[in-house]
Amino acid sequence: MSVNITFLAITGVLLAAGFYLVLERTLTRVLLGIMLLGNGVNLLILTTAGRLGKAPLFESGLDPNVYADPLPQALILTAIVITFAVTAFLLAMIYRSWMLNQADVVADDTEDIKVSLSSAYDEEEDAPLAADTTEFVDEEGRPVREGEE
Amino acid sequence: MLLLLTALFACALLSPLIFRLAKRNAFYMVAVVPAAGFIWLLTQLPKVLASDPSAGHAAPNAPPSISIDWIAALNIGFNFRLDTLSAVLLLLILGVGTLVLIYCGRYFKNDDPQIGSFAAKLVAFAGAMTGLVTADDVMIMFIFWEITSVLSYLLIGFSQSLISARRSALSALVVTTFGGLAMLAGLLMLGAQAGSYQLSEILAVSSQLVAEGGYIDVAVALILLGALSKSALVPFHFWLPGAMAAPTPVSAYLHAAAMVKAGVYLVARLAPGFAETTFWLPLTVGLGLVTMLVGGYRALRQYDLKLILAFGTVSQLGFIIAIFGLGTPDAGFAALALTLAHGLFKATLFLAVGIIDHNTGTRDIRQLSGLSKSMPVLTVTAGIATASMAGLPLMLGFVAKESVYEAALHLDGTLRLWVLPVIVLGSALTMAYSLRFIVGAFGPSKRQKTPTACKRPTLIFLAPLFVLAAATIVLGLFPAPVEHLVHSAAGAYSGPVKVHLAAFSGFNSALALSVVSIAVGVLFFWLRQRSDTGAPLRRLVVSAEELYRGSVNLLDKVAIWVTGRTQRGSLSFYLGVILLVALVVPLGIALLVATPWPTEWVLFDHPAQAVIGAIIMAGALIAIVAPKRFMAVLMASVSGYGMVAIFALQGAPDLALTQLLVETIVLVSFVLALRALPRRLWVGLTKIHWGRAAIAISLAVMVVYIAIGMMAARTEAPISLAYPDLAYHEGYGKNIVNVALVDIRVWDTFGEITVLAAAATGVASLIFVTRSFGAKRLRAHEVQPGSIDHGSEPIGSRGAERELGLHVAREFGRSTNRDWLMAGSTLVAERRSIIFEVVTRLMFHSVLMLSVYALLTGHNTPGGGFAGGLIAGLALTIRYLAGGRVELAESMRVAPGLLIGGGLVLAGISGIIPLLAGDAIFTTYAWEFWLPIFGEHKFVTSTIFDIGVFLVVLGLVQDVLRSLGSEIDVLSEGRSPVDPHDVVASSQTGVGR
Repeated sequence: MSVNITFLAITGVLLAAGFYLVLERTLTRVLLGIMLLGNGVNLLILTTAGRLGKAPLFESGLDPNVYADPLPQALILTAIVITFAVTAFLLAMIYRSWMLNQADVVADDTEDIKVSLSSAYDEEEDAPLAADTTEFVDEEGRPVREGEE
Repeated sequence: MLLLLTALFACALLSPLIFRLAKRNAFYMVAVVPAAGFIWLLTQLPKVLASDPSAGHAAPNAPPSISIDWIAALNIGFNFRLDTLSAVLLLLILGVGTLVLIYCGRYFKNDDPQIGSFAAKLVAFAGAMTGLVTADDVMIMFIFWEITSVLSYLLIGFSQSLISARRSALSALVVTTFGGLAMLAGLLMLGAQAGSYQLSEILAVSSQLVAEGGYIDVAVALILLGALSKSALVPFHFWLPGAMAAPTPVSAYLHAAAMVKAGVYLVARLAPGFAETTFWLPLTVGLGLVTMLVGGYRALRQYDLKLILAFGTVSQLGFIIAIFGLGTPDAGFAALALTLAHGLFKATLFLAVGIIDHNTGTRDIRQLSGLSKSMPVLTVTAGIATASMAGLPLMLGFVAKESVYEAALHLDGTLRLWVLPVIVLGSALTMAYSLRFIVGAFGPSKRQKTPTACKRPTLIFLAPLFVLAAATIVLGLFPAPVEHLVHSAAGAYSGPVKVHLAAFSGFNSALALSVVSIAVGVLFFWLRQRSDTGAPLRRLVVSAEELYRGSVNLLDKVAIWVTGRTQRGSLSFYLGVILLVALVVPLGIALLVATPWPTEWVLFDHPAQAVIGAIIMAGALIAIVAPKRFMAVLMASVSGYGMVAIFALQGAPDLALTQLLVETIVLVSFVLALRALPRRLWVGLTKIHWGRAAIAISLAVMVVYIAIGMMAARTEAPISLAYPDLAYHEGYGKNIVNVALVDIRVWDTFGEITVLAAAATGVASLIFVTRSFGAKRLRAHEVQPGSIDHGSEPIGSRGAERELGLHVAREFGRSTNRDWLMAGSTLVAERRSIIFEVVTRLMFHSVLMLSVYALLTGHNTPGGGFAGGLIAGLALTIRYLAGGRVELAESMRVAPGLLIGGGLVLAGISGIIPLLAGDAIFTTYAWEFWLPIFGEHKFVTSTIFDIGVFLVVLGLVQDVLRSLGSEIDVLSEGRSPVDPHDVVASSQTGVGR
């Protein structure tokens, strides 16, 4: 099987550009990156599938090797439509994020940052306690003597 | 036995109910259950005593047992066995359990709402202990073991509002479950090696197991770890004093008589078989003796009566386990007697402390004074128990301790040399803290001259103590029944028992040791009293509790450090890490293994590929550096359209068609969604980040490198070589790709349209958020003409031409001619384009026809459900763009949800029908027929599936238009040309208006 250098080059550039954009914080650019990645991967599947051939439309008596491989084509077709669905979903997300935050960036998760800044001290676990010498205390902790009624 | 267990747990379940009716007197009713169990046990005793503990199940003299299969495949069953050791502990559990419940009937307030669940836990605990000591199956025993840990946690934490209670409960749970886990591992190892999970069978083969060494040594050590943590031996001892945060009846029951005896039980159970394993002696005898001294010493330093008892318990548990650990028949005999004695006196003492606390409001010996006068009956009762604890003559404690000395004297040389002095010293400490307890509780106080005010306890409150104290003194004077019991239990050992229990066995060395320990103990007490200033406790140099807290804190700190370093909250950081791993691992593997390298290379298959390739690459790269957002989107589209050409040249007409349609709809969607975002958001984004670029480029190179290797590695003929014939003869279609989608790989496609449905719903949900999107549909005649999209910028060029355009549009709107579009007149003049409306009118139906054609002929020529659906979607898009959102609503009167749902159902039905006909799911049938004009035709049933796909895709496009188009129109209406959602700066609305 001969290797098509042009296809490999296109794949490489699409993937590199896609990965680069996906690593950004701006959602729109992330989405563009996902689209480029999608195209790059589709081309990769097509490239590894084999050489170009006749369109896979059946003709009686033809050697199956003459057709372009139909299986990767079916896979890619599915992938194209799914990428469309993902794109639409992300577009809706971008709009929503804009409505909520007036921004187009994935902000850092403040809860996560809080965790990393939190202290190991925990009131429940680490606060010093006075020794109590009776169980019979009222709500304020004052001892109440309890006799038989 | 099973009935007893069931009764205890059932009683636990019912008790909240009983307590609601009878308040605290319900304790007396609940106590009936363990009391009945106790009596039943007494009736069983003759049979149990007559049996041989080491006899196998089938043997005629085996102890009573029950087995019920549970998980047969794992050889785990509800197997219970009542031998003497179990019976002795069960007597304690049920007897003390009954008395504690009776005691609770006066301890708690009548209106305490929590006592119902409290009693439930206590009774359930009795049940769990019953199961624990009678289970023969180690897994069942382990389950009960863990139940006791959990119940202990709940009972210690009874006073939920107290931080000390919650904290102590947690540390008790952590320590005991830590031990429990180790024990589970040990039990599994032991069971696997023995080939059985029945304790009786494991013990029967113990000598072979011990001979195997290493592995069994570790297994037994792990089990012991569980026992030691449960019985609060050093270094796990600190949880027991902490557990004193529990109500006193709980301390009396769990932490004196019952739960802590679980570890003792396990050591006693294993001692006859495994005392010779490597780690046995150091863990049991070694740690036991250390615990005895540490506990005794610390008990002597406490001021809180309960803590004196708690550390005393720690000390005694160490003592008992050390003696059991010796592993001789004598030691086993003596230790069991000691266990019984301890259960009786320690429960009494805890209950006595409970009464003191209850009636005076303190347990601090610095504040208590003169109670012997105000509570004389209690003083005598507690005095008996204390005497037994101290090992004074006439008491069961003395009798048991004598037998321990006896057993220790029978030991071999070195061991005796170590053990004997330590237990004498430990007993002296016990004597000392016993004195401290009794004098501190009832005697005069050095500092508190006035007697502490208190009420006299009622007889019913004291009754349980009388029973226990009476047993202590009666059995001390006449130890024959105890002798009988423990002698029978010692039958599990192979050798004969040479020691005896007697109230007085003559002037011998054991008695001498007792005298020495008592004398030294009095001396210790005198020294301690003299130096006792009543000052708060000094901190120890190092305490196990501080070590525990320290390690928990360290764990917290490490967790926070690790979390802070990994969970940074930054998506690009996570992605970077993921991508780097995805880079390093496969690349490493690819470089390590020999990667095949292709021999044949071509620059391109067709010169056009090179040109298209250059365009695609340029598009992708410009998209990164494009200074404007719309330009970046367009450039990404350019590379997408380039793919269309690549597919077309590569013999993939279906792909080319689909890619072309998708690319177009995506472009429209992009414009629709992003028009609301101001241009300034794009500023400063085009600066190249070289770090990211390095990751991205390396990944791309890696993927390409691996792809080359993959292609060269391919040796087998592709399975798709069979596809053409399969498609034509089985799928009745000539378009192999389409048949693959709707027939050969139909499940993939079915999954995919489900994903499309989910995505469509997601889009709609994100835009409509909480507003109903099934709301009333817009109708053109109900809308004020010229009202839709007001505030839009005029279409077309600027200046005079724009004025002219507007004028024409207004004229057009006023004309009485029938509109070209149904809802064209609803738009404001600025938004209308006459030419676009006319063209749309002319094209729409032709495009729809085309989509149906593509759908129906897709089986044989390029096309199919996906392409058809997308074409129909494009037709809708054109209508929307030309006529606005009312036009969209008019042109598609069916809700997208209905389309998508209907499509899924249709696709599903096409798969199910063959099942009804007895064929495989998704089987395809074909009918040939002749139509007058169309001629010979063939209907293939997979077309029905394709129609389903068509509907789902159309629904998705409609959802996108409705959400990203119509709904955003509504949200931004009237706010143009000022940026519709941007409150900060005014800028261009965006594009597409």
